[in-house]
Amino acid sequence: MTVPLIQPTAQGLYCAAGDFYIDPWRAVSRAVITHAHADHARSGSHHYWAAQPGIGLLRHRLGKRARISALAYGEPQAFGPVTVSLHPAGHVLGSAQIRVEHQGEVWVASGDYKRDTDLTCAPFEPVRCDTFITEATFALPVYRWPPVATVARAINQWWQTNAEAGRTTVLFCYALGKAQRLMAALGKDRPGPIYLHGAVAPLTQLYRDAGIHLPPAQRVSEAPSNEDFSRSLIIAPPSAAGSTWMRRFRKPATGFASGWMQIRGNRRRRGHDRGFVVSDHVDWPGLLQSIHDSGASQVLTTHGRADELVRYLNEQGLSARPLATLYGDGDDHSEDG
Amino acid sequence: MQAFAKLFQRLDEQRGTKAKVTAMADYFASASAADGAWAVYFLSGRRLKRLIGPVQLRQWLAQASGLPLWLIEQTHEHVGDLAETIALVLTEQPTQANPTAAIGLAEWVEANILPLRLLEDDQRRERVMQAWQTLSSEERFLYTKLLTGALRIGVSQTLVERALAKASHQPQPVIAHRLMGHWNPDADFYQGLFAERSGQEDASRPFPFFLAHPLETPTHQTLGPIEDWQIEWKWDGIRAQLVRRADAIYLWSRGEALINQQFPEIIEAAHALPINTIIDGEILAWDEGVLPFAQLQRRLGRKRIDAKLLSEVPTRLLTYDLLEQDAIDIRTQPLTQRRTRLNQLLDTLNTPIMISPQVFADSWSELAKQHAESRSRGVEGFMLKAKASHYGTGRPRGPWWKWKISPLTLDAILVYAQPGHGRRANLYTDYSFAIRDGETLVPIAKAYSGLTDAEIRRLDRWIRRHTQERFGPVRAVEPVQVFELAFEGITPSRRHKSGLALRFPRIARWREDLGPNDADTLAQAQALLS
Repeated sequence: MTVPLIQPTAQGLYCAAGDFYIDPWRAVSRAVITHAHADHARSGSHHYWAAQPGIGLLRHRLGKRARISALAYGEPQAFGPVTVSLHPAGHVLGSAQIRVEHQGEVWVASGDYKRDTDLTCAPFEPVRCDTFITEATFALPVYRWPPVATVARAINQWWQTNAEAGRTTVLFCYALGKAQRLMAALGKDRPGPIYLHGAVAPLTQLYRDAGIHLPPAQRVSEAPSNEDFSRSLIIAPPSAAGSTWMRRFRKPATGFASGWMQIRGNRRRRGHDRGFVVSDHVDWPGLLQSIHDSGASQVLTTHGRADELVRYLNEQGLSARPLATLYGDGDDHSEDG
Repeated sequence: MQAFAKLFQRLDEQRGTKAKVTAMADYFASASAADGAWAVYFLSGRRLKRLIGPVQLRQWLAQASGLPLWLIEQTHEHVGDLAETIALVLTEQPTQANPTAAIGLAEWVEANILPLRLLEDDQRRERVMQAWQTLSSEERFLYTKLLTGALRIGVSQTLVERALAKASHQPQPVIAHRLMGHWNPDADFYQGLFAERSGQEDASRPFPFFLAHPLETPTHQTLGPIEDWQIEWKWDGIRAQLVRRADAIYLWSRGEALINQQFPEIIEAAHALPINTIIDGEILAWDEGVLPFAQLQRRLGRKRIDAKLLSEVPTRLLTYDLLEQDAIDIRTQPLTQRRTRLNQLLDTLNTPIMISPQVFADSWSELAKQHAESRSRGVEGFMLKAKASHYGTGRPRGPWWKWKISPLTLDAILVYAQPGHGRRANLYTDYSFAIRDGETLVPIAKAYSGLTDAEIRRLDRWIRRHTQERFGPVRAVEPVQVFELAFEGITPSRRHKSGLALRFPRIARWREDLGPNDADTLAQAQALLS
């Protein structure tokens, strides 16, 4: 049996023919990065390659001194005999699927991706390949996302109701990607001003710097001293829930935006007033569609419900197996959803 | 169904009680009488008998979705709730105008769901699958919950009463009374809820039970002079109201079940009571003294009580309050007066209906000494009732208190875990515990409550990573985590391998300071039996 073009090693997914890693979890010499989330972009490697639109976010994550080369979507980059190109994954700004071609064989490592509308990044682009490496975060048939516009309307309505009752609206979501996507989706019908938690504000600025159009928003800490936030929407990371930081808001109504909110038990357990189903990961129909679109005869799965997906695909006549990675933390209830 | 589904969603989304009451009152005010009646039925926790089991539903879902059965089963395990799984896996048929949107709750229940009982399997499947296709996701969830007889809506009876009171402009106690006992969820009943109060309120019904608030230790500082309080033993039996009418006698449990058949000797004795009397008390298994609750339980499971059981487990009604006398509601008279009347009433009777004795002490500290004797007397502590108190509704702080003995405890080892339901679906929250017996472990109890949400999440993660074996939804875990279990009593039992059963077991503490060898032994548990 020949050596697979990409295989898991102690450092991360490794392409031996081109001598580079994809999203390595340890320091290596050459790292190709799918996107700037912490479990995919880890510091310490010698040289990074990533898609142009996400360079700002990546530099924020890896530090000023990291050596990062930007690639335009679709631009070929040779690693010895191997040709690499990056293609939009639709996950967050600058997220990429990594196409790896060697002697006519094509693999695509899709990283995290989604097929739903996102005004803040380039939409997922199907790439034909022989082997497709896919995430399986939400790979069960109960996960099918409602249109984000519908969810945004529900958030605006909830915000409006809270504002009328003199309650501050606090929406918890992942600070990189989800926060900016929701800001953009809320559109022109916003009932009041948006304020950002300190963890969300710098990332949002990086989105603006990259030319992404977002509604105006201030840091909570920079609000005028007489601001009572009663008509405002506050966007904060989940870790801020229950912290002393929350004390400044009057009778806050809290919501949580995540794919996990699709399940009633999760909604109720979180103890927030509302759960909104919005995910930057692919849902079940999108997952099957993407595997189909790739034309791949072999499918390798990473984090999430890998066992079920593998069995299902094998029964559908595809060759599928799970790939051991350290993405996510193997926890059903991670914040990133 | 659409309107009821919206109400359900609002109740699910709202956390404040005021908002929940408003949501229900809005619904009650606009629903038809037939729909409203069923809504009250379900909101007050009543259920239909299960019509279709989970195995069949999963098979039908596999067919309807075109997905393999094993994937449906895995998905169900992940979600933790079958009706929700069905609601989420299936998609609506957007091309089809929804002809069922206008059909109300009553018609769904009476014309679609209940008649399923009479149909053959094939016809049932066809009807259910068709309903799934036409209903929206939220409606599909409710519809399936009704099929499985497992619909639970997280509102208390009191909130439902408040909402009905608001919608009907009737006082809440009147509504509470009208909701007691047995009734049919039909338009007549619903209109009756909204009617002005008449002298002919259904005479079979009990009054809402007045409940006591728990209290740690009574002192002069908290409760004032002990002379202001009527003190009774707190019995571990079945709280019950006895309604004596001219034509019939009704014995109601607090769960609003009619339990005449289980206690024929009490019904027989009640004939000696004057007509139009309502008494509140506790049914106990009694043979020269109170018997453990486990004995009383033998009476409950049976439809018919034979002579053998009657003689093996004799029962009594220990009464402590008189609520109606000579057709007059006397609940607003002071407790002392009601007690005097009760005494006079029972004085002439010599039957298994007796008065619950009062306990006297000169001071709270002296009472505490008697409190220490509770366990040996087979009681759970004291009831403290203000002598001036009315027989109210609900469980307010102030008039009545229960002062319970501290529970027994054992340190036991977690051996199995299973996911919970509802709020705890897809989290491992149902635990089985074992104690040591030489080198082996013997299961002794299951417990579901007592941990904080944060502890539950942490333990859930631990369980997932330390699973040794899986049996369906149950995981056998590494037997190393020790928990202090609290419980109210311990009796011999053939059901558990340990030969013991705990009453009301719950987790008191996660003993992370203890290892499995520090857990208690079977011998130590048996020593608690006496």
